[in-house]
Amino acid sequence: MITKRIIPCLDVRDGRVVKGVNFENIGDVASPVDMAKKYTEAGADELVFYDITASAEGRKLFTEILTETASNVFIPLTVGGGISSIADFDRVLKCGADKVSVNSGAIRNPGIITEAAKLYGDQCVVLSCDIKRVGGEFRVFSRGGRDDTGMEAIEWIKRCVGMGAGEVVVNSIDTDGVKTGFDIELLDLVCKAVSVPVIASGGAGSIDHFIELFRRIPTIDAGLAASIFHFDEVSISDLKDAMAAEGIPVRRIK
Amino acid sequence: MIAIIDYGVGNLFSLKSSLAEIGAEAVVTSDKKVIAECDRIILPGVGAFEDAARKLRESGMAEVVKKEAAAGKPLLGICLGMQLMFDKGYEYGEHEGLGLIHGNVRPIADVIPEGYKIPHIGWNLLNFTKKSPLFKYIKEGDYVYFVHSYYAADCDESVIATTEYGADLTAAAANGNVYGCQFHPEKSGKVGMKILKAFVEL
Repeated sequence: MITKRIIPCLDVRDGRVVKGVNFENIGDVASPVDMAKKYTEAGADELVFYDITASAEGRKLFTEILTETASNVFIPLTVGGGISSIADFDRVLKCGADKVSVNSGAIRNPGIITEAAKLYGDQCVVLSCDIKRVGGEFRVFSRGGRDDTGMEAIEWIKRCVGMGAGEVVVNSIDTDGVKTGFDIELLDLVCKAVSVPVIASGGAGSIDHFIELFRRIPTIDAGLAASIFHFDEVSISDLKDAMAAEGIPVRRIK
Repeated sequence: MIAIIDYGVGNLFSLKSSLAEIGAEAVVTSDKKVIAECDRIILPGVGAFEDAARKLRESGMAEVVKKEAAAGKPLLGICLGMQLMFDKGYEYGEHEGLGLIHGNVRPIADVIPEGYKIPHIGWNLLNFTKKSPLFKYIKEGDYVYFVHSYYAADCDESVIATTEYGADLTAAAANGNVYGCQFHPEKSGKVGMKILKAFVEL
């Protein structure tokens, strides 16, 4: 039986992992390569690296870190942040990424999804979206959650999956960083709307929040989190033990 | 030296790094002479069957791989590389494979119940159907990482492991010195390393 995936997310700026609350107050944490190794040892099923630097220098550092991580860590790696062209896909895939996530780049140019899916396969193209409730509907936000695109989220996700996105990361801005649990309402809607794997992001504050996620939405594939893992509030091995005890299929490192 | 065949598809960086991790020397190559000189061959691959099969044939690498396999050189196909070892692939039409293992590659949608997501992406466990030297360092129930929408069918005699995803899908197959893994050993953590180590020791 296929297992539910636990995915630590590493936001990298200028070569360091950072994590903010509600996309603000970003604080320094640690070396991405060390953290990737630590999470892999603890049983992480996959790693997500987001490049949140804007400068060319930062991008170069990111590429170096990615290469070093991929040389040392042998689980799937997804890379996102600033991906807006096929050249960007090519650059990170050559450094050892297995999947590439597009967010604002796809909002500016949705055609990149189809183009990348044709070149690298659907499994390589991950749609990542930042979603927030605005006036009773779920809206897609761009630029790291700063700009309201005015687009309705479920329609946008369906459209992108139709164009070739092989997985969807749903990040709820409303629950991100506040540690009150995943956005079950939003995630349930997305899971009902598409048939590709869906990864929940935003809101995990405890082991119970993951249990709640997989119990209430049996079709969800993975849970993603950052700060609770970074600050050792939740250990991945404890989380997986707890999931197994609840009868949720997980891969455990013996 | 292990030849990792480069025919322009897939992420070869991880495969090369994982072999380096277990101390195996590998070269990423599309040079037929180099492939013939190496003592082992890995055929990787991500993408579409037809395109990959054509690239292998047109470059002449298909012939070299078949010749070296017939001469007894250990060969490992990974993911699409495994599928290419079979007789035929039914992905958007009917396409000829390398014919090194009897069987055909068919859509998993043909055999799995509705409600299962396609592609089959994630960590799933191995059920051994035959004893194989490829598994000498791992045990039944170990998890490996899969990403695929097609599977090897009509090949009961060569299946060495299956995985359950609504149906029993071929996870690994072997025919003499020719081996294939549907999953990605280079992305399957320690279990994957142990499988690569076993291949290197064949």
